[in-house]
Amino acid sequence: MKAIYTWVCIAITVAAAAAGDVYIALAMRRIGDLGLLRRQHGLLSVLGRVLSSGALYAGVGFMALAFFANMVGLSWADLSLFGPASAALTFVANAVAARYFLHENVDHRRWLATIFVCGGVAMLTRS
Amino acid sequence: MNFRKVLVLLSVAAFAAIGNAMLARGMRDVGSIDIHHATHVFSSLANPWVILGILFLMGFMWTYMTALSFADLTYVLPATAISYVIMALISIFWLHEHVSVQRWGGIALIVAGVGLVAGGPSRTEHPPAGADSRNSSQTADFHPSTPTGGAPGTPVQEKRR
Repeated sequence: MKAIYTWVCIAITVAAAAAGDVYIALAMRRIGDLGLLRRQHGLLSVLGRVLSSGALYAGVGFMALAFFANMVGLSWADLSLFGPASAALTFVANAVAARYFLHENVDHRRWLATIFVCGGVAMLTRS
Repeated sequence: MNFRKVLVLLSVAAFAAIGNAMLARGMRDVGSIDIHHATHVFSSLANPWVILGILFLMGFMWTYMTALSFADLTYVLPATAISYVIMALISIFWLHEHVSVQRWGGIALIVAGVGLVAGGPSRTEHPPAGADSRNSSQTADFHPSTPTGGAPGTPVQEKRR
């Protein structure tokens, strides 16, 4: 039963983290290049645009959910399982979510890079 | 990918790594927190390392958002994974932790992944509504002539590094 709770928690962490990243990426794509906007309109204008973005708040909300699911999961599960599983699966979930929700061109190079990085993160956190 | 953007991506990794290392250093001073007394975590906010860590993580959030404003999520995440390498180096030289062969293997894999994604285009450009769908979702580097950095709907030809 504990294993089921752990994997449910990992699933919630991964889904919430991916949703948070996708919403923040969507917000930033809509707002535009912050560096260029700051040069053209000033810092206050950039802050105004960022803080008025609903997608950004949704992203931060999902990030907070991922954070708390992570904390709860770590109180039940071993770090050696929870850490690598959630970190590595979040990389893959982000690639899939970016492909389908942000319509990013996730080519072979990006898939390979994602697999390398999530394998590397899994090795780092398991050791 | 110009120098400013490379600097932003490096800043994302550096802020994340240094912020987490400072939080870890501060939490060592604070000691372990019992799950039944979770509110004790607020007492850690008086520790200067924790405060510095939070400030660095705020810097991470701002640079992360800046990076996502000019590059794809699937570019930014692997490209900034170099923060795991910086964290490992900080843990060796500052926190004096032991780094096993397996960790070095993980670091090598991450560096390979970062190198792979960094060599490709950073942005997917979407054609305007009604354009030929076969040409949708091209990847391209940032186009300097577009004021919003190639926002969705901006027609930009594919341009590789």
